[in-house]
This record gives sequence, structure tokens and C-alpha cells, in this order.
Amino acid sequence: MSKFKELGNDLYSGRVSIDIVGRRKLWYAIAIVLVIIAIVAPVARGGFNFGIEFRGGSEFRIDGVGDTSQQVARDAVQSVDPETQPIVTSVGVDSVRIQTEQLDDVTTEEIRIALASAYGVPSGSVTSSFIGANWGADVTSKAINGLIVFLLLVSVLMALYFRTFKMSIAALAALAHDVVITAGVYALTGFEVTPAAVIGLLTILGYSLYDTVVVFDKVRENTLGVEFSEDTTFASQVNLAVNQTLVRSVNTSVVAVLPVAAILFIGAALLGVGTLRDIALALFIGIIVGTYSSVFIAAPVYVHLRENEPRFKTKK
Amino acid sequence: MAASSTVKSARKSLIWLLVIIFGLAGLIGFGSTTDENASFTPKLALDLQGGTQIILSPLLLDGQAVTTEQLDQAVSIIRQRVDASGVSESQVTTQGDTNIIVSIPGIPDENTLALIKASAKLEFRPVLVTSAGTPTAEVDGAGNSDPDATESPAPEETPAAEEPTVSPTDASDLNWITPEIQKEFDDLDCASVFREPGQIDDPAVPLVTCDVNGFTKFILGPVEVDGANISDASNGTVTSSTGASTNTWAVNLEFDEIGTEGFSTVTQRLFPLEQPRNQFAITLDGFVITAPTTQAVITNGSAQITGSFDRDSSKVLADQLKYGSLPIGFEVQSQENISATLGQDQLTSGLLAGLIGLILVVIYSAFQYRGLAIVTIGSLLVAAVLVYLLIAFLSWRQGYRLSMAGVAGLIVAIGITVDSFIVYFERVRDEIREGRNLEVAVENAWKRSIRTILASDAVSFTAAATLFLLTVGNVRGFAFTLGLTTIVDLIVVLLFTHPLLRLLARTKFFSSGHPWSGFDSKALKASGYVGRGQFRVAPTLSQGKALKVSKEAATRQTIAERKAQAALEEADKSGGN
Repeated sequence: MSKFKELGNDLYSGRVSIDIVGRRKLWYAIAIVLVIIAIVAPVARGGFNFGIEFRGGSEFRIDGVGDTSQQVARDAVQSVDPETQPIVTSVGVDSVRIQTEQLDDVTTEEIRIALASAYGVPSGSVTSSFIGANWGADVTSKAINGLIVFLLLVSVLMALYFRTFKMSIAALAALAHDVVITAGVYALTGFEVTPAAVIGLLTILGYSLYDTVVVFDKVRENTLGVEFSEDTTFASQVNLAVNQTLVRSVNTSVVAVLPVAAILFIGAALLGVGTLRDIALALFIGIIVGTYSSVFIAAPVYVHLRENEPRFKTKK
Repeated sequence: MAASSTVKSARKSLIWLLVIIFGLAGLIGFGSTTDENASFTPKLALDLQGGTQIILSPLLLDGQAVTTEQLDQAVSIIRQRVDASGVSESQVTTQGDTNIIVSIPGIPDENTLALIKASAKLEFRPVLVTSAGTPTAEVDGAGNSDPDATESPAPEETPAAEEPTVSPTDASDLNWITPEIQKEFDDLDCASVFREPGQIDDPAVPLVTCDVNGFTKFILGPVEVDGANISDASNGTVTSSTGASTNTWAVNLEFDEIGTEGFSTVTQRLFPLEQPRNQFAITLDGFVITAPTTQAVITNGSAQITGSFDRDSSKVLADQLKYGSLPIGFEVQSQENISATLGQDQLTSGLLAGLIGLILVVIYSAFQYRGLAIVTIGSLLVAAVLVYLLIAFLSWRQGYRLSMAGVAGLIVAIGITVDSFIVYFERVRDEIREGRNLEVAVENAWKRSIRTILASDAVSFTAAATLFLLTVGNVRGFAFTLGLTTIVDLIVVLLFTHPLLRLLARTKFFSSGHPWSGFDSKALKASGYVGRGQFRVAPTLSQGKALKVSKEAATRQTIAERKAQAALEEADKSGGN
């Protein structure tokens, strides 16, 4: 570990310097490739697999059962269609409610019969109907409105704090990168998109900006008065700032990712599929990408936007 | 001298933290003796605890059908109403072609049911005639109304058996009263069920109805202002003319442009009229909730409704009005308990996974920060206690319910909370690399890292506040958790981590830069020391140039920054000597 601490020293003093800003074309190229993959691959796979909360689905109700155990229903549904992940709830004292994705008439009938025999009731006691989306269009449109207002507010807030709008632009570029890649990985795994996953993506949105602000605050500090300096350039000061916060970036991402990884890997082993896996995957990818992008996207983009300003160009 | 003031202020912060923790715990403890909703155990959401499933079916008149648009609109309005009563992450969805399913945690009381199912169509109509709520031919305030049928013409559009001689000119015109309306009014018995459930009244014609308590019956003119023109509604107690708050609960309304104009026109017309025609009836789903006398011309677009409200019922009405009336009325078809979709085992395994994650974080931070891990672990414990108490408090006061997604959000918050410490610790290390002793390094690092922490937390909090105010359903629940943990992060850093580090910096173990302290001065200085006071410029600059640059840089600093800079240098000198 003392090696790591020494590296921290060297990064801080500038003795060891990773040329992040200088190699920005490489980072841009990587980002563009990843973003294209994240957009194209899910489309090729048939888009996102939205859950019943978004699309609505079928609902079964079994009345007059003696045992309202949820596992019985899960097994019965999966014996007909192994891909389906039903949401099972017991209702009242002797009824069970099962919600699945939208099924065709034949499958619905098969599941009805399977459920009746599994619970030992006549098939007349199993009724089925359609249910609408719980996360309807109204929820989505409100969420999108909220997001737009939030992004505008944060851009203004950052512009005021850092006294330059270009940091806001760079931060938003990194944010877009993070969200697209996280969503892309999610789509690639074929996990069902649940409300929990969307919440995970929103968390990433907040985390990505948060992390960028931390890095940019160091950049702000290091570039203060750089135009008066004789032998250092704007780009090299930003690069120094990024290097100086590198240890912090690594530590933070490890600490943030550890609990999420615990949920994703240990939790999934214990729990199987569930709310936590959906949200943990989005978070796991998002935290890593979010930390990476603050350093490798946001800072280079910021340099790109500013270094050609006359006041930084006049010297040397 | 300076040192003891540091200790004092650090102790003060820690005492404040204790005050907050015990204050919260005390509030909840006190609350639990008087209010059954208050408890040290936070309430759980639908997915973890189950709740009640209410199936609503529309109240339809013969031949009336409900359209998909109406149903979707109703779902959207009901969702907003349910959300307004707390952060419970309830579920509202359609079932089949006509029904709506509302799933809410816990057992709904009457107010909640009313909030969900009432169509809440609010109308403002001028009062034409009033009388006691029993069938009678006599008319209250005789002389104001004309019971003589032959002289009371009907409106132009609907010719009655007797031809109207005069058409009504405005909504207060008594010429609206046709023989049919007069007879309907005379025969009306407020004790009977005289309205069909879900009945929709024509806004362009008079309405014969009773007040909600059945004491008084009314003939009301056509609708003058519609509830749809209300832009905002809230509840509160009525303030007396002396500015003191009274015990009467009221619903305060704000009208939009059309509503303001309509309201102003009407009050202008009603103000000079005699009793009871200077009264303005406010009807809710066809019943008069109040019929105040017009005491002034209201032009500012605000109005206050008083009636027989208490705190809860005024809140229900305000929430209903704020989000608009349902396109159709609903009745409760069934109301049943539903179980949790995620069992107790899922919550337990989720928490177990979180705990394992937490232990990994502790191990990693011990690895990275050695002795400082005590500060990290302590801070996390304090944060956990604060979050737990706040959740218990808010589930009592705000109806907050903890869902599985909320649990995951809290686990993620561990990372963001610890980040504040990491930013701070890394700054302290940077200061030590500059050659400062620990006490000075802590003070300097704090001044700079608190800026970063405040800026980044401001971003998180903006996200939380915006999303909380503008969204519905799960997103709103998420925003609430995010905002909560951001505030806790700030409290912990300000009132625990920083003061604790200040105190620890004075102990021999840490200040001597013991290899296990996390601030091993030898290791930190080994490669990086280039001279003090140059943190704003590249360390490759020579001392002289650095000084020049930092002076020039100073001209671009704000006054506050310049002062902070001077203070830093001052502290640096005294610390170094």
C-alpha cells in the first residue's frame, strides 16, 4: 500500500504524470466507439426489454386457495413459460394475485390450468384480466420534465460556481456518455427494465455530476491565474489537477462500488432475481463509468473548449 | 491560545450533533406516546410490507361509457392525489377496460378513500334562493325570489311550458327559476338521497341542491367559475384580522387568469345585491360545501373556503382541487389486504449484502487510511444513526415508506458519504506533502475541501429537490431518499468528521505522523516535498516565479478567497514555527 501512497505523492508533485489531457483524441475515440456500441448493439438485439410496470400485462387471480404460498405460483407459471418472472401477491385471506408480462391467449389459458392444478382449485376459480402500466406515460413525461429542469438548473449552478459555462458543457458531455453507456450495458444483458433500473440510472446521473464537480473544483483551483504564468499552460495545469485527484477518484469509486458489487454478486446469489439486481447492475456500471468520465472525458473536453481562448493562447 | 479555541469549537460541533440526534430521538419518542403513527421502526412500502388493494369502478349513468382517455386521466390524477399525501410509492394502474386498482401501504382511512375516489368537481354558482332542508313551499328571504310560476320565465334555450317573458341576463337573475325548478326545490328533502352517484350537472343551467350537512337547500344559478381554473390549493388555519391564527381550518385557492377574471366579475355583481343573492355557493360534486356572503370585490385571484373542516379533511380537499377533478366518479368495488411482493427474506438478504459491502468498505479504508479508518467508520455509524432516525421521523410526519429501491439507494449513499471523507483526507495529505504539520494541514485542508463538498452536495441536492417537486411515483420516492442522504452527508462532515479530525490531530499518535496514523509524514513527504505555499502553481516552478504567479493570481481571486489565502499563509507561518 505504501506504493500506492508513493504514487499519490508523485502524482501530486507532478513527478509522475499521466498525460490524460494530451491524449484526449484517444479518449474521445474510445468514448465514441463505446457510445456507438451502446446505441447500436441494443437496437440490434431488439431494444430494451421493458417490464410490466411500463407495458402493462396479464393478471391472474386465484380464489379460495388453502395455501397462499407465493412459490407455488412462481413454479406453476414457469412450468409453462420459463422466461416469465411473475409478481406474486397474496390478497385477502384465501386469494393469490399473479402479474406477468402480456401473454397470448394460448399461454394465458395454459397458465390458468397450471395454476388451478398447482393450488388444487377448479379452473373456474382462476380468473385472468389485463392490467395497465403502473409506470404510465404520465409518470415518464413528468420524470422527463423534471430531468430537463434539473439539468438546466445544475448547468446554471455550475456556471455560477465555476464562473464559466464551459465547465457545465463539459460536465454534461461526460454525463451523456455515462448514461448512454450504462443504459447500453443494461440493454445488452437483456435484463428486464424495471422502475428500479430507471431509478438506478437516475442515481448515476446524480453521481456522475457529483463526481465531475469534485474533479472540476481541483481544476478550478489549479487553473486560477494560469494565464499569468510563464512556463505552464492551461492544458498542463488541468492535467496536473486531474493527476492530483486521481488517488481520490480511485478511492471513491472503489468505496462506492464495493457495496453495490456486494448486492450485485452476493445479493444475486442469495436472492436470485429481484429489485436489487436491477438497480445494482445499473449502479455498478454507472459508478465505474461515471468516475472514469470525470477524468477522461470531462477534463479533456473542458481543455478543448478553453485552451483556444485568446488569454490562454497569447503566451509562449 | 488558538489551539484551545479549536478544541472548543470542535467540542461545540460534537455537542450540536448530539443535540440533533437526541432531539430527533426525543421527538419520535415523545410522538410515540401521543400519536400511534410515531414509532422508532420506519414504515415499509408496498413491496416489503404489503398493504391494501382498492379496486375502483366508475359510476356511470345509463348508457354512459368510460373511454380509455378518461381512465388514463383518472389514473394520473389519482396518482398525484395519493402522492400528495406522502412519499408512500403507491401503485395506481388500470385493470381491464373500466377499473382502476390503487395499491397503498397500510389500511386506508375514510379521508384517504375520499381522496382517491371522489371526482371532486368544484363549481362556483351564485345563490338564488335558500331555505331549510325540508320539503316546503315557503321560501326563505321572501321577496327576493318570485315563487309565482307564471311570471318566472325560463331561459331562452329551454322553453318551459309557460313561455318566458324575460330572459335571464346574468347568472344571478331570478328569471332562471322556472316552475319546474321551483317545484323541484319545494319538493326537495335534504335527508333523502336525491342525487345519483356520479351525476354530472349541466354547468349552463341552475342547480337545485343541498349543503353537505343537509341543513339548507338552494337554488343556484349557472356555473360562474369552474374548479378547473384553480391553479393552486393549500390548507391552513384562518388568520384573524389581528393576524392571530385561529382554530378554523380552511382551504386556500389560487385562480389562474380566467378564474381570476371570472371571480372578479362575479364578486363585483354580487356585492351590491341583497341576501341571499349576495351569497356565492361553492359546490363539490353537486353539494354546497359553503355559501359565503360576498363581503368585498375580489380581484387578486385568491379565495378561502371555510366550512366544517378539520386538518385532515381540509388537506384532502386541497389535494383534490390542486390536481383537478376526475372526469368520472368512482366507487370502491373491493378493498382487500395484499401481501408483500418481496418477502422478509429478500429484505434480510438485501441488508446482509449491504452489510457485507459495508465491511468491505471498512477493510478498504483501513487499508488506505490506517488509523484514520476510525474516523471513517465512526462517521458512517453516525450517518447510519441519523438516516435511521430521519426515516423514522419522516415516516411519521410525511408518510415516508421505505421500499426495496429505497434500501438500495441508502446502500449506494454509503459511497457518496464516504467520498466526502476521502476528499477531505486527500486534501490533508496534500497539505502534509506541502510540509505542514498535521494541525495546520487539517485546518487548511478543511477550508478547501468544504468548498468542494458543498459544491458537489449542492448538485446532488438540486437533483433531489427538482425531481421531488416535479415528478410522481417511484421517481419521487428516489428523489426523497437522495435528498435525505445528501443532507445527512453534510451534517456528518460538518458536525462529526471535521471536529473529530481536529481533535485527533492534537493527539500524539496522529500528529507525530505515526506510520499507522494514515498521515505518515515520512511517507507523504518522501517524494513530493518542494516547499510550502505553492499549491496553486505547478510544483516545477522555482520559488521566485511561484511567488510572482501567485501574486498575479491573487488579483483574480474574489475578496473572500484573498482573505482565506492570507489566513492560510498566516496559519502556515505560525504552524511551521
